[in-house]
Amino acid sequence: MTNHWIDLKNADAILAIGCNPAENHPISMKWIEAAMDQGGKLIAVDPRYTRTASKADYYAQIRPGTDIAYLGGMINYAIQNNLIHEEYVREYTNASFIVNEKFDFEEGMFCAFDDQEKTYDAKAWAYAVDGAGNPKRDKSLKDPRCVYQQLKKHYSRYDVDKVCAITGTKKEDYLAVAKAFCSTGRPDKAGTILYAMGITQSTHGTQNVRAVAMLQLLLGNIGIAGGGVNALRGESNVQGSSDYGLLFHLLPGYLKSPEFDNVDLKAYLEKWTPKTKDPKAANWWGNTPKYTVSLLKAWYGENATPENGFCYDYLPKRSGNYSFMKLMEGMGAGKLEGLVCMGQNPAVGGPDSLKTRDALGKLKWLVTVDLWETETSIFWKRPGVNPKDIQTEVFMLPAASSVEKEGSISNSGRWAQWRYKAVEPCGNAKSDLWIINAFAKKMKDLYAKGGAFPEPITKLSWNYGHGEEPEVHMVAKEINGYFTKDMTIVDKDKTLEFKAGDQVPMFKYLQDDGSTVSGCWIYCGSYTKDGNLMARRDKTDAPNGLGMFPKWSWCWPVNRRIIYNRASVTPDGTPFNPKRAVIAWDGLEKKWKGDVPDGPWPPMNDAKEGKNPFIMVPEGFGRLYALDMKDGPFPEHYEPIESPATNLLSKVQNNPAVKVPKDIVPDAAKFPFIGTTYRMTEHWQAGAMTRSLPWLTELVPDMFVEISETLGRAKGIKNGDMVKVTSQRGSIECVALVTSRLKPFNVQGKQIEQVGLPWHFGYAGAATGDSGNVLTPSVGCANTSIPEFKAFLCNIEKGGKRA
Amino acid sequence: MAVSRRKFLQGGAAAAALALSGGKAEASADSSEMRTKGLKSSTTICPFCAVGCGLVVSTKNGKVVNIEGDTEHPINQGALCSKGSALFQVANNDRRLQKVMYRAPGSDKFEEKSWEWALDKIAQRMKETRDKTFKAKEVNKKDNKEYVVNRTEGMAFLGGAGLDNEECYLWSKFGRAMGVANLEHQARI
Repeated sequence: MTNHWIDLKNADAILAIGCNPAENHPISMKWIEAAMDQGGKLIAVDPRYTRTASKADYYAQIRPGTDIAYLGGMINYAIQNNLIHEEYVREYTNASFIVNEKFDFEEGMFCAFDDQEKTYDAKAWAYAVDGAGNPKRDKSLKDPRCVYQQLKKHYSRYDVDKVCAITGTKKEDYLAVAKAFCSTGRPDKAGTILYAMGITQSTHGTQNVRAVAMLQLLLGNIGIAGGGVNALRGESNVQGSSDYGLLFHLLPGYLKSPEFDNVDLKAYLEKWTPKTKDPKAANWWGNTPKYTVSLLKAWYGENATPENGFCYDYLPKRSGNYSFMKLMEGMGAGKLEGLVCMGQNPAVGGPDSLKTRDALGKLKWLVTVDLWETETSIFWKRPGVNPKDIQTEVFMLPAASSVEKEGSISNSGRWAQWRYKAVEPCGNAKSDLWIINAFAKKMKDLYAKGGAFPEPITKLSWNYGHGEEPEVHMVAKEINGYFTKDMTIVDKDKTLEFKAGDQVPMFKYLQDDGSTVSGCWIYCGSYTKDGNLMARRDKTDAPNGLGMFPKWSWCWPVNRRIIYNRASVTPDGTPFNPKRAVIAWDGLEKKWKGDVPDGPWPPMNDAKEGKNPFIMVPEGFGRLYALDMKDGPFPEHYEPIESPATNLLSKVQNNPAVKVPKDIVPDAAKFPFIGTTYRMTEHWQAGAMTRSLPWLTELVPDMFVEISETLGRAKGIKNGDMVKVTSQRGSIECVALVTSRLKPFNVQGKQIEQVGLPWHFGYAGAATGDSGNVLTPSVGCANTSIPEFKAFLCNIEKGGKRA
Repeated sequence: MAVSRRKFLQGGAAAAALALSGGKAEASADSSEMRTKGLKSSTTICPFCAVGCGLVVSTKNGKVVNIEGDTEHPINQGALCSKGSALFQVANNDRRLQKVMYRAPGSDKFEEKSWEWALDKIAQRMKETRDKTFKAKEVNKKDNKEYVVNRTEGMAFLGGAGLDNEECYLWSKFGRAMGVANLEHQARI
């Protein structure tokens, strides 16, 4: 989230698209309702009439996987009706940037596509530059080659009638939503967009997110109170686990994991440190060397020296894509010997789960660390298999629950909050910290005696106390970081003295010469000489009364509660909306007041020191036109890989940058219905954490499939009947839930039915049921490889073996 | 389970009736003071979704006896959803794993093992796999040049969205030190 949960109360309009907060983030409704009490409007756009929709002022039905058509239409509506925030668009976005002459878009394709490799050459989409190498601009926004004119042209194709023909939305509903939300383009109004997996789980998921962000930029809704681009994250610490780089392409703090041709530290830093010639561009990622070296110092301590590139060679180098689906594919092909699952349950959570379960049997060994038996840890005795045929060795380790250990987790609003240990772990269970520490110590002992390239392990800095349980505060302090030698730092008019071992107060003091350690730069400032700031419980709100609670817990970065807040003020530092001022420049005192600003510099118009507001991109402007996507600078509508419709906007049916596996052959005749997966309040994710709790299983005991009354009548299926749902991947049996919450779509003159499936069930735990993901395809987003769970083809029939 | 949901609800109804009868505040069976008197309390954050609601955990003799919403917490102000309200049953649950279990190749059952035995065996497996599948260098197909990659090909680490930050950090540090490129978690799906 750019903003945070309590800030939802400051919104004049809340657009929930591809998420269902009333069901999946129920307490967020407290703040959505607080906004509604002040006259704010709740808008729900979803394939199903969800619990959120039932509370909303406006509801619009959308066919799964057509979000770009929907949002592109809203972009067009805002432009055509002059509802955009002009000053914001001109001053803070790249609308005025001139695009190079080669850039072109025709018949659904951007220029520079390699048909063999199925890749674009993004260099062909670069800005046009002047003699000094700076991007050319036209602040009148009239140049036909400027981003604004290109954007306007691109989305002029997304007229309301065309959009509604694609999305299946009723025209009057669409127009009501567009009018209500685009009314927040005024400087004194705030609109927020909330999204979750309905947006990301798509073969064009990243472009869905971009469409959300672009609409918000056009309306001037990023950086302000009650605005923002807000991903509602689904696991308690999925924010933190992303922050700490548990993804193949990342290191902690969103540094890139090295690629094979980043041959040494110098080459790595050269590749990943962006450059700019514009003195007004803060180019925050220009600090990459400081954060990388501080990380290497945290990992390799005194062994990391300038002479050896701070042990950069010890990091593994990637060659290609190691994302979840690729990994499962490799496992199925016998390329993996071992797998460790720390509280993850791929036998239920990933797409095409029958294939995943078979793939687990190709492993030599499997370690699961969990509170419960999961479908993954007992895959060898799952229904329909003979354990004798499965040679995988399984170690099932019992883990402590959240109240049996101490540490922090980061919520969706980036608040890192401290949890305390209330009781000892259940039975012989151990905390994950204990288990990881034990693994590391055992490996260090073994590699001290030799093995393949032992240095990355033997030289790893691993000092977390002498107790049996590692000292969690020592870990948290290393993450924040400390000085390795006495330092004097001059920061403007202040001279700061630090001793070796002092905690670094904030990341602007991190160094690239080895004099600082920081395990995750974005958390630098969380644990300082003032102690553990994540444990703070001071309920005093900031003077602006916006519910930022700056002394409650700590949030990254630098306790800034609303990021990109330099875009909440005019270029001279006056809040666009003085009634909800996030920050304001005090010209007399020469300082910002309010939230922690996005960088210390004066407002943008300050000739000497002013900076552009979007500090994380090199040029400093919000990108209406992207330079680094794999599938184009503008989001363009394509159909989901499995779709009953043809693309009405171009001849290109699917995202051309997605490589579709050969075994996915869409067949709308055999599988005529749109399948979509979803979550519910009473269960959680792959189900291990809820399907063994009696209070919850009493509420929702069975796997079910939700269908419309019309489909029920057509198939002779009544509420409570057993049914069989089939896709190209397999079939499941479950109870039918026939409701008026689901309606068919009118698409290209046909009534197309949808089928909704929760994905929380499996064969382990107290309440069992077939898994929704048996049906879902293993194909994903061109940029992130997130699977397309939300739109696939299936069939449904009454009966089944258990009927 | 110590208290079934129905009994719990009946108790709540009784407490509500007591409160309505106008008894003194301190005598109300529904006051949080009565429920937590003589108990140790500590705060926590809900382990389910990422709203980050606060809860208060009350213990007696090393057992969790009550968990409820933290009224001081600015986000949830004491309120909880059905999952958050059920955290008590995560802390007290017969189905929780309490022992280290091992399943031998081809076996049809788990057998109980000690931590030391399991950790030694797992460390051996990790080392065997790393030593066998470690790739120091590889030739790139596009430019035919050799590159140092220092990567363990045969092992994958999954998970982290349910771990604490400090645990995620050490998992990331340990994983990369082991040469694991196949490092992924729930955010990818």
